[in-house]
This record gives sequence, structure tokens and C-alpha cells, in this order.
Amino acid sequence: MITGLLALLTCQLVGELLVRLLDVPVPGPVAGMVVLLVALQLREPRKDAGVVRAAEGLLRHLQLLFVPAGVGVVEHLAVIGASAVPLVVGLAVSWFAALATTAAVAAGLLTLGRRRAER
Amino acid sequence: MNVVEAWDAVRSSPVFAVALTLAAYRAGTWLRGRSGGSAWVNPVLVAIVVVGTTLWAVDVDYGTYLEGGSIIAIFLGPATVALAWPLHLELRLVRRSAGPLLSAIVVGSGVAVVVAVVVTRSLGGDELLARSMAPKSTTTPVAIALSETVAGVPALTAVLTILTGILGAVAGPRLLTLLRVRDERVRGLAVGVSAHGIGTAQMLQESRTAGAFSGLAMALSALASSVWVPLLVPRLT
Repeated sequence: MITGLLALLTCQLVGELLVRLLDVPVPGPVAGMVVLLVALQLREPRKDAGVVRAAEGLLRHLQLLFVPAGVGVVEHLAVIGASAVPLVVGLAVSWFAALATTAAVAAGLLTLGRRRAER
Repeated sequence: MNVVEAWDAVRSSPVFAVALTLAAYRAGTWLRGRSGGSAWVNPVLVAIVVVGTTLWAVDVDYGTYLEGGSIIAIFLGPATVALAWPLHLELRLVRRSAGPLLSAIVVGSGVAVVVAVVVTRSLGGDELLARSMAPKSTTTPVAIALSETVAGVPALTAVLTILTGILGAVAGPRLLTLLRVRDERVRGLAVGVSAHGIGTAQMLQESRTAGAFSGLAMALSALASSVWVPLLVPRLT
């Protein structure tokens, strides 16, 4: 577990270094995810490897990690109350637009690809 | 030290904040279990309400809470790295349809930005709110950084981002079912683009494939948004 967590943190640190050296607008952890993906592709870990257990453990409780930032809502209740309509409607409508567009484009192109392959 | 002084020291300690957060999250997962795993009961939402109410009741400000809260939040970094694991297991499936997936992610994250700014502005929201709203579909650390780039309010963006994630986790799977989207890859992708990590956490419970595609979409839409937001927001506000 400790070895696994250390592996994840090392990937994140390598990611943090890479984004700064290459000057790309990506957060370090996202680059670290790519680093770990490459490492996993190069060498398949055993099912009970530390990194697998650490990854599964963290992902099982991924939602917990968003709570502290979410509690920040208490600081912005005044702003939210003052512009409740544009905020709530803007958030909901743009969320739905992104969800539906992504699903429509992906489903459409996947179907198109399948039809082409069948022909 | 009398009782009041002792309690003062305890309620403003980081340990109190960590324990409160864990207890509130447990309450959330317990409620979800009681509801038979319903997506309507979101553990993040429950935990935020419980922590927020408790902080108000015991009179602790957010800054003090965050001294302990940030100890938990720091694990968001390695947890994001950990998304490489389900992605690794599904990579063959991803590779087979890379073109459609990438196109959907790029288009979807652009739509999220444009519609957020346009709708917020047209309903009378001010420019600052629209700029803070623009990056809210992307993952929290990227959203905060992008909000700074376009002169929004980063702390407000963080809150809007998490509210979007909760909305995505609660309503996303249902709406996709209503829209007759059954392909697990497409479901994961759509939730990952529109509702980042909190949506991904929900999709990981739906299936490994949906979770992997959601994590992938979250990562790639973070990249796409890093281009879209600075490009589109100055033109729209």
C-alpha cells in the first residue's frame, strides 16, 4: 500500500516536473496519469501489486476528496443567492448541452465507423 | 484550561476538520446504501451539507476548516494519477475508436464553455460570473487555473465545478438512459466531459468500462478546455 501510494505520488511529481519543463497548460496530476499509463503499458503489474491496490483504494473513495473544496460553497452563498437564476440555469443548461453533445457526437461517429467497417 | 477553552482549541484543530469530513462522507455513503444505491443520494452533496451546517453550528470559518480539509484534498492528485489503472485495463477498447472519442471530447468541452457563458450572460449574470462559470465542466485544479487565466473568481469556480460534478453524478446516468444512450463507452465519455471527477466516481460504480472512458474523457477534456477557455471566453464576454 505504501509502495503503491509512493508510486502514484512519484508519477504525479514527474508529471508536475514535465508540465513545467514543457510549459503546457495541463495540471501535474493529469500528466502524471499519462506517466503511470505508459509505465503500466510497458510492464503489466500483478493483480495484487501495491500500485493496483493503492489506485483501487483511492478511486473507491474518489468522491470524498472533493468534499473540502465543495464546502467552500459556504463562502459564496451571498453571490449564489444574488444571481441564483443565471447561475443555476447557466450551470444546468451548459452541463446538459455538454453531456448531450458529447454523447451524440461519440454515438454518431461510432455508428458511422461500424457501418463503414461492415461495408 | 476550562471547558470553553478546551473546546475552542479542539473545534479549530485540523484533526477536527478531518474527522468531521470523514464522518460526513460516511453519513453520505450510509445514506446511499440505505437508498439502495440510488444516484439521487450523492455522498459529496450530503457531506458538504453536513460539514457546512456543522461548521456554522460550532462557529468555525472555512479558512480554519481548510487547514484540516486540505490534508484530505491533497490526495486528489494521486487519485487522478490512479485513473491510469482502469484506463490501462480498457486501453485496447479506447484505441479501437480513438477518432470518434477524441472528436466528441473536443466538441463537447467547447460546447460546455460557450453555452455556460452565453446562457449566464443572457439571463443577466455579470461578466465576472460568466468568466467564473466558463471552465466549470473541467476537473477542479484545471478549472481553478483557467478561471485565473480569464480573470474569473477561482474560489467561485471551484464551487461551481463541484456543483456541476454533483449534478452530473446525480442526473447524468438517468438522462443518458432517457436519451437511450446504452453504449458504456459513450455513457462514460459524456459524463466525463460534462462532470469531470465526481461524474467519473459515479461511472466507476456503473461499470469498469464506463469508469475508464469517463476518466479518459475527464483528462482529455481538461486538455481541450485549456485551449477552449482562453480562446473563447474573451470573445464571448
